[in-house]
Amino acid sequence: MKGILLLLPAVMLLDGQVPYERILNAHSEPGNWLTYSGDYQAHGYSALDQINTSNVDRLKVAWMYQTGVLGHFETTPLVFDGVMYITEPLSGVTALDLRTGRPIWTYKRPLPKGVIVCCGLVNRGLAVLDDQLFLGTVDAHLVALDMRTGRVRWDVEVADYKAAYSITAAPLVLKDKVIIGIAGAEYGIRGFLDAYDVKTGARSWRFYTVPAPGEPGNETWAGDSWKTGGAPTWVTGAYDPEANLVYWGTGNPSPDMIGDERNGDNLYSDALITLDADTGKLKWHFQFTPHDTLDMDANQVPVLVNADFRGQPRKLVLFANRNGFYYVLDRLTGEYLVGKQFARQNWAMGLDPHGRPIWNPAAVPSFEGALVYPDDDGTANWFSPSLDLKTGLLYQNVREKGAIQKRTTKTLSFEPGHLYMGADRLPIPGEEPWGALRALDWQTGEMRWEFRVQTPPWCGVLSTAGGLVFSGTMEGDFFAVDAVSGKLAWRFQTGGAIWSNPISYLSEGKQYIVVAAGDALMAFSVDR
Amino acid sequence: MTSRLLFLAGFVLACRLLPGQESELVQPKATPEDRAEGQRIFGTQCSYCHGPKGEGGQGAVLALPQLSHAPDDLSLFRVIRDGIAGTKMPASALAPNQIWQVVAFVRVLGRVEAAKLTGDPARGRQIYATKGGCARCHTMGGHGGGIGPDLSDIGTRQNAAQVRTSLLDPDASVPLDFLQVRVVTKDGHSFTGVRVNEDSFSIQIRDLSNQFHSFWKSELTEISKEPRRSLMPSFRNTLTPGELDDLIAYLESPQGGK
Repeated sequence: MKGILLLLPAVMLLDGQVPYERILNAHSEPGNWLTYSGDYQAHGYSALDQINTSNVDRLKVAWMYQTGVLGHFETTPLVFDGVMYITEPLSGVTALDLRTGRPIWTYKRPLPKGVIVCCGLVNRGLAVLDDQLFLGTVDAHLVALDMRTGRVRWDVEVADYKAAYSITAAPLVLKDKVIIGIAGAEYGIRGFLDAYDVKTGARSWRFYTVPAPGEPGNETWAGDSWKTGGAPTWVTGAYDPEANLVYWGTGNPSPDMIGDERNGDNLYSDALITLDADTGKLKWHFQFTPHDTLDMDANQVPVLVNADFRGQPRKLVLFANRNGFYYVLDRLTGEYLVGKQFARQNWAMGLDPHGRPIWNPAAVPSFEGALVYPDDDGTANWFSPSLDLKTGLLYQNVREKGAIQKRTTKTLSFEPGHLYMGADRLPIPGEEPWGALRALDWQTGEMRWEFRVQTPPWCGVLSTAGGLVFSGTMEGDFFAVDAVSGKLAWRFQTGGAIWSNPISYLSEGKQYIVVAAGDALMAFSVDR
Repeated sequence: MTSRLLFLAGFVLACRLLPGQESELVQPKATPEDRAEGQRIFGTQCSYCHGPKGEGGQGAVLALPQLSHAPDDLSLFRVIRDGIAGTKMPASALAPNQIWQVVAFVRVLGRVEAAKLTGDPARGRQIYATKGGCARCHTMGGHGGGIGPDLSDIGTRQNAAQVRTSLLDPDASVPLDFLQVRVVTKDGHSFTGVRVNEDSFSIQIRDLSNQFHSFWKSELTEISKEPRRSLMPSFRNTLTPGELDDLIAYLESPQGGK
């Protein structure tokens, strides 16, 4: 009887192990990483400071885990209560023991043949609530796993993978719902953002990012072009619990590079949308790139800030956009406050007083080939920024790469599952693309410093209370720079390209930095 | 009796095609119209990554006689249909006949049209080894230097006109992955060669004498790159027209490199 009584608290803990309140108050447990961007405000910041500017030169690999799965390893781990949960290419999941780095369980997704994803069968992470993990899969399902065993609790179809709908993003859990976005705008899908009940997997709401006839915004699409309008939602957003609003970026209109058949602004593509978390109703939107023909997905992480701004306390959202501009908006109204170029671009002559871009007509894909900066991978992309309110800097990786965008066809016919783009991206002869980690004054977008890297990066950024900013390169260098000066503080050659967001956590009272590189997950620490 | 035989033949054929040997895997004979349609499909579905002429980019170079993931047409069909896990090559929703049309077009990309060669390959071999000095930088049949491309199968990748252009005007067609670099160290030493590798913190080069050098960028005062300059000299004034023809005949010959 005594033994049963002793077991009871442990069981109760597991059933409600990560309640919503824990994620809501993620700041109170900086040793864990409970949601994709570390907190609902999506700062991507660690308040841990054991690893700092005075000892980072002694940072060493503590353990490594090899997935054995080929493909871009784009995971952002979750960490809590002694366990790390990672996703792998092909929509797999592994739970790792934090003490040793050894696997506890692995979930392998039985994928059907014929899964169509433009850019690899990747996955960027999980969400957690209570005792369940939530996984979006490249065959466009949403799956709930028992966090203790990795076994499937429920598995629902979000959309038809045969029509090139896929999921690569980490879900976002809030209250009793799992929010998940969709990918596939290179194939003419109709984008949406969905919410599902955490217990049953039943869909609670769907917001189509391309409105149907009769809905506001449909008038921004010519004819039936809305049916194949794209506007995907493949990067995890943020949440304001007080306003009960979900903030999420949307991607390019389809077809990507030809706009002839979809005249109009093409709402709500390339926008930040703000939805009521309970109903999925649109509160406001801000479109960064109306009538895009350059694949300027606004699938980046929106960062929420409460701070004094121009002398007044405000609730703001920051957005370092793929199109080369950095934006600050009022988070409750969508009011445009700041728009500042932070990388080379020539597609816009500038922004008007409302933040609307003034298109450069020479930077539209043409049969002769148009020279465009940035190319259609953009200045920013899915990889996360990191905000350090102490330094007042938003750290953002930047891709400095242009292309000759050459239109391939006069008209483009749509067939489900077929690529629906319309231009070839050709390299600019003799030009070597490069990249940089840039520190932007979050209030103005002014660059304070940059740390240049050899090639355009695909790695996110982590800033920490230790005064350090961590990031990585395509050549496998994982490095830290001083958060104030941008000077190199430490580096390590991992041997594999880094396509992930680094995070930090505590295990047995000791701080670790972890990043995926090549096919390996690497945890770093400093011996005390 | 005839119908029974036909039934039996049909049954045997069906058994041979099942399972995992679907009828779609039987390659139809490609017509010029199929290749043209394959080109059209390639232009909308493939060229974004592979380049309009299969020259590569985000995706693999396809303008080659041999493709590593698809040594034969059936494996090329399967790659297009199923994609390649672990890479950005996705599966395809194309119908089987469309895939076969793309296969027919892709195979044309890697074809080098044979031209009538007037030179003597045996004399060309001598020139390659002696007056041309080619082996100092190039590999043929596993022997030679490493600062230029391996020429063992150059005849399957480039036709005589392309090889002639490279010999007369090397700067006009500098091969990818052979970027000319000059570095200067803090103690004033200068090194010129082709870039073997480079990251944000280091660079490795191979110099003209095939020596490998590795530098931390913090040790250097200068790194200059000349993407449109070749380390190879022009042979316009060093070889006679006849010698050029002989050398080209050797490089284009099937026994080149053997």
